Amino acid sequence: MKYVDEFRDGTTARAMAEAIRAEAATDREYRLMEFCGGHTHAIFRYGIQDLMPANLRFVHGPGCPVCVLPAGRIEAAIRLAENEDITLCTYADLMRVPAGKQDSLFKAKARGADIRMIYSATDALGIAQANPDRQVVFFAIGFETTTPPTAAVLKIARALELPNFSVYCNHVQTPPAMAHILDAGETQIDGILGPSHVSTVIGSRAYAGCCKQYKTPIVIAGFEPLDVLASTLMLLRQINAGRHAVENQYTRVVSETGNQKAQALMHEVFEQRPLFEWRGLGSLPNSAVQIRDANAAFDAEKRFAMQESEIDEVRGCICPAVLRGVSSPVECKLFATACTPEDPKGACMVSSEGACAAYYSYGRRLAA
Amino acid sequence: MCLAVPARVVSLDTPADMAVVELDGIRKEVSTVLLDEVRIGDYVLLHVGFALETIDTDEAEKTLAMFARMRADA
Repeated sequence: MKYVDEFRDGTTARAMAEAIRAEAATDREYRLMEFCGGHTHAIFRYGIQDLMPANLRFVHGPGCPVCVLPAGRIEAAIRLAENEDITLCTYADLMRVPAGKQDSLFKAKARGADIRMIYSATDALGIAQANPDRQVVFFAIGFETTTPPTAAVLKIARALELPNFSVYCNHVQTPPAMAHILDAGETQIDGILGPSHVSTVIGSRAYAGCCKQYKTPIVIAGFEPLDVLASTLMLLRQINAGRHAVENQYTRVVSETGNQKAQALMHEVFEQRPLFEWRGLGSLPNSAVQIRDANAAFDAEKRFAMQESEIDEVRGCICPAVLRGVSSPVECKLFATACTPEDPKGACMVSSEGACAAYYSYGRRLAA
Repeated sequence: MCLAVPARVVSLDTPADMAVVELDGIRKEVSTVLLDEVRIGDYVLLHVGFALETIDTDEAEKTLAMFARMRADA
């Protein structure tokens, strides 16, 4: 595949790893946080950690939307889907995430609830148009990458005056979460591999405040292994020079200002949500979006008076600490014993972007 | 969730903001509503049925040229 295969070349990867080993000082530690689950998986799948000098560690960040969604919001969606006239549509990633009492959307579907996995937000719109007698709710999650498509379908629904379509909005924002982790200072972070496709939408300048305030180098990195390696080298050079700037390695799709058409669409449909609960990070102000009042008719939370419930974390699950980069998945007692991708106890094991799933698939030997 | 793949535009339905893209022999109809401008032959970054951005081929070549230099220097 063009623009994929060239960025996975093994010979180049080994040359880059050599350059990284040459750049790394031997008298210090380097702790680099990859914010996105996509990067976590690239690092494990392609064995990038193994190519690094022993004093360079990747710390895994919270950039997995399924992982940071509190169980209470999934529970609220399950309760909604149990109503006979509701069809709930969502991306496949969410289906097996544990809600309260070992429940999940998948189990609710097995009990007879009309819950459908969709590929695109437009599929939910199509289902609403094809089933005028049913209330179709799109359970929308994701960072800024996935928010513009939700905005686009909501706008179409409004133009069509579709009476049976609404959105359960769970879209969250990257820069506030990044700032929170740096502000909390629970774990040493010398530099950040910045998001790939979130940055395509919001632009590299969106991280300038974070970089400046916490004096932390940030390099926007593509998701392919050579992108990750090149960005790691760029971070090391900044750290060694005592600099902190936002640099962009992923120039083929990320600009300084981002996709302004997508930003305008998001702004038209959504507004800042004053407070949003993140699994692991707690309630963060101005860290998520909600549907504007002008579009309230399409807001499932308002239409169905949805209530979020408090749900305790599964006993023993250390997902919250993993999401903050404080603990490694292999430190969890449930890891690869009670908690596996087939029978996940925590969200980080469910999602194909979760850190626990990455360790389970590619890095179980690290537990030894 | 944020994963996206590069796909080539093979036809356009500009009034509908739709395009047909091809990826490894598979064709799919996607929305181009998030793009200002798109042409047949462009590579776009595809995410949940939407073209998120056009791939800047000059920038891609610059990155690959930098990789080639690192390979040569090793």
